[in-house]
Amino acid sequence: MKMLLPSGLSKFMSRYGSFGVLFVITLAMSLANKSFLTVPNLVNVARQVSINTIISAGMTFIIITAGIDLSVGSLVALSSCVAMIIIEATGSSLLGIVTGILIGGAAGAFNGAFVAWAGIPPFIVTLAGLTIYRGIALIITGGTPIIRFEGGFLSLGQGSLLGIPVPVIIMIIVVIFMHFLLTRTAFGTHVYSVGGNEEASRLSGIKVGRVKFQVYVMGGMLTALAGMVLMGRLSSAQPNTGEGFELDAIATVILGGTSLMGGRGTIWGTLVGAFIIGILNNGFNLMAVDAHFQLVAKGVIILLAVLLDRYLKRKQA
Amino acid sequence: MPAQDSSTHGPSASEPPISGLSVLGISKGFPGVQALDDVSFSIHRGEVHVILGENGAGKSTLLKILSGALQPDSGQILLDGKEIHLKTPGAASQAGIAAIYQELSLVPWLSVAHNLFLGRECLIGRFFMSSKRLSEKADEVFTTLGLSLDPKALAGDLGMAEQQLVEISRAFSRSARFILMDEPTASLTETEINLLFGKIETLKKAGVGILYISHRLEEIFRIADRITVMRDGKSVYSGVAGALSLPELIARMVGRPIGNHYPKETITPGELLLEAKDSVSGEKGLAFSLRQGEVVGLAGLVGAGRTEWARKIFGADPDPHMRIKVSGTEVSVASPRQGRDLGMGMVPENRKEHGLIAGRSVLHNITITIMDWLSRLGIVDQKRQSAVSAEYIGKLSIKCPSDSVDISTLSGGNQQKAVLAKWLAREGKIIILDEPTRGIDVGAKLEMYQQMNALCREGKGIILISSDLPELLSMSDRLYVMHEGKFVATLDKREASQEKVLEYASGLGYKNTNRNGSVGL
Repeated sequence: MKMLLPSGLSKFMSRYGSFGVLFVITLAMSLANKSFLTVPNLVNVARQVSINTIISAGMTFIIITAGIDLSVGSLVALSSCVAMIIIEATGSSLLGIVTGILIGGAAGAFNGAFVAWAGIPPFIVTLAGLTIYRGIALIITGGTPIIRFEGGFLSLGQGSLLGIPVPVIIMIIVVIFMHFLLTRTAFGTHVYSVGGNEEASRLSGIKVGRVKFQVYVMGGMLTALAGMVLMGRLSSAQPNTGEGFELDAIATVILGGTSLMGGRGTIWGTLVGAFIIGILNNGFNLMAVDAHFQLVAKGVIILLAVLLDRYLKRKQA
Repeated sequence: MPAQDSSTHGPSASEPPISGLSVLGISKGFPGVQALDDVSFSIHRGEVHVILGENGAGKSTLLKILSGALQPDSGQILLDGKEIHLKTPGAASQAGIAAIYQELSLVPWLSVAHNLFLGRECLIGRFFMSSKRLSEKADEVFTTLGLSLDPKALAGDLGMAEQQLVEISRAFSRSARFILMDEPTASLTETEINLLFGKIETLKKAGVGILYISHRLEEIFRIADRITVMRDGKSVYSGVAGALSLPELIARMVGRPIGNHYPKETITPGELLLEAKDSVSGEKGLAFSLRQGEVVGLAGLVGAGRTEWARKIFGADPDPHMRIKVSGTEVSVASPRQGRDLGMGMVPENRKEHGLIAGRSVLHNITITIMDWLSRLGIVDQKRQSAVSAEYIGKLSIKCPSDSVDISTLSGGNQQKAVLAKWLAREGKIIILDEPTRGIDVGAKLEMYQQMNALCREGKGIILISSDLPELLSMSDRLYVMHEGKFVATLDKREASQEKVLEYASGLGYKNTNRNGSVGL
C-alpha cells in the first residue's frame, strides 16, 4: 500500500501514536468552532475528562496485566451512595469520603481475589461485579438518589484552587502518581512483566497473584475516588449513575495505545485517550451535533484511531 | 533448483521413484539453521518407512513439508512420478496425504463420529445431521479397520491410543493413501502400542504407505520395512529394515565427530549444593547430586521426564513428595520464588513462552529477578538497575544496540544469554539449563559453553538438560539417564558413551538388567 501521509507527519504519528490523533482532532475542532480554543472552554474540557481519566488510570494498570474491569460504572454508584449515606448520618464529609474509597478498595479486592487466586477470567468476575455492585447500590438507597447541598464533599466536584477546578487537580495528581508507580517502582515493573508474560514472570519469582490482586484493588479505589468527585459535582449520590463508564474507560485506555493483550501501555497515553474522547464530546456539543449522531461518530472515530495506530506500528516494525 | 544427485543415499534412492510418494533433493532453511539439506527418499504403498534421527535432525520439518504446512526452499515432491505442489494442508489432503501429529487434533467435546467426519458433514446429510446415520457411517469405517470404538463416545473421554486410532480412522476414511505419523507412541502404554501396531499392519495390507517418525529405537524393528536415518538435516542412510543392526543405526544417528566444539574445563568439585530423588522411584531410587563447579547432565528421550523433574526441583511445578536437600538441609520448594530464594535459577526449554518477557526491554528482562534488591520503599534505583544490566550485558557479551530495545528483537543466542543473565544477577548457585543451545547457531553455542565453564569456576553448579547427545556428553562432568520419570543410571564422564546413554535412555539397558537381556543390543 502506498503511504497515506506525507513522510514527516507519518513519522510523527508513528512515534507519538494517539498524540497525533489528539492533535489532528484539536486542530479540526478549533477550525470548526471559534469558541473551542479558548481558556474557559479548555478548562471545561479538562473538568469533563477528569472523572473518566481517574477511572482509566486504574483501568490502564489492569489492562496492562491483560485483565479488564467491567464493574467500574457500578462501583462509582455504589461508592458514592455509601459515602453519601455516611455523610447524611454523621455530617462528616471526610468520614464519608474515606469510607467510599475503602468500599472501592474492598470491591476491587473482591474482583482481584477471584481473578488472582480462583483463576476465573477477569471478564466474568467483573461482569458479575457489575451487577452485584449496582444491585447493592440500589438496595441501600431504595433506588432513589440522595441529594445534599451542604458539606465539604461538594468542593471535590465544584471547588477550584487558583482558578483550576478541583477535579482537574485531582486528575493531575492521580496521573502523575500512577505514571510514577508504573515507571519507577518495582511494582510497576512487575505489572508490565505479568502482562508481558505471566509464566516467565512466575518463573522469575514474581508473585503473579499478588500483582494482579493489587491492580484490581487500586483500580477499585481510583474508581471510588472518581465516584466522590462525581458526587460533589452533582450534589447527590445516584444509584443509577455511572452506567457505561466501563466502556468509556476501556475505549480511553485503548485509544491511549495500551494493548488489550497486556504488557504494553502508558499512563500518558491514557491521558491523551481521555482528551481525545473529551474533545470529541465537547466539540460535537459546541457544534450542536445531534446526540444520537454523536454516538455513531464517536464509535467510528475510535475504530479509525486504533486502525491508524495499528497501521503505523506495523509499518514501523 | 532441485539437486538431482541422490545416488549416494543407498538402495532406496537408486530405485526409480515411480509408484509412491517421493521427495527429491528437498532443502529447507530457517534463520540460523539448515533444517533440511538435499533430502531424497520415497514411501511405497503398503510399506512402513521409518525415519530415525535425533532431535533437530530435520524429521519434523520433513513431515511438515509433506503435509503442506511448510514449503521447501528447493526440491520436488513426486506422487507416482508426477510432481505435485503442496501449498496448503488442504492440498496435501487432496493428494491423499494425511499427517497425524504428536499433539492430537480431535475436538474433545464432540463425539467420535462427529470428529471422524468433521468438515465433511455433507457426507451424512445436507442440512440435518442425523446422529444415527452419523454413527452408522462411523461404524462402517471402524468395521473395515477392525476397530471396536463407540462412535457416540466423547473424543475427550478416550485414552490417547484410542484418540490416535480415531485420527487414523479419519485419515483412512478420507481415503488417504499415505499417512505420516510423528512419534505416535510417545504417550502410549505397551498394550496401546501393540494395538496401534496391529492397525498399522491392517493399513499396510490395505495398500497405505506409512511414514513413521520415531526415536524409540526399541520399537522400530517391529514395524519398519525400510529405515532412513537423518542427521543434521541430511539423510545419511537409507535401507531395508534389518540390513543394519540397532547399534549400527545408533552410530549413524549420532555419528557426528566430537571435536573441540566443546571447550569443557574440568574443575575440582566443591561443596555439595543439591541432592534430590526422582519423583517416581521413591526412597529406593538413585539420588541425584550436584556439587559446586560441576556440570551434571540429564540424558533421556523426549518425554523421559527430565524437564518435569527440573521444574519440580525449582518449584515451577511443586511436588510436596519430592525430597530435596539444598546445601545439606532438607527443603520444600513450593514456588519458583522459593526456588529463587534457595539460590536456584532456571533457563527454561521454551525460551519464548517461559523465559522471555517479550515486548519489554533487555534491561527489564535482566533485572526482573532482582527488583527487590534494586528498590527502596518500592522505588527503583534506576542508576543501579542500569549498572547491573550493563554489567551482565558486558559479562555475557549480549549483543544489543542498547539495553532499552525490546528483547524479542535480539537473536536467539543473545536472548538466551539475557535469560541466563537474570539468574546470574540474582547470584543463583544452582543453575538449571534446559536445552540451552536449542535453536541457536554454532557461534552462540560455543559462547554458551564458555559461559558454563566460567560459572563453574565461580563455584556454581549446573544441571544441564540436553537432547543433543554429543553436547551433553562433552559438557557434563557426570550424567544421569532418565527413563519414564526415573533415574535409571548414573554415568561418569569416562564411562559414558552415546551408545550406552541411548541404551539406558530407550529403556533397553534397564530392561537388560531386569529381564535377563530379552531385548539386548
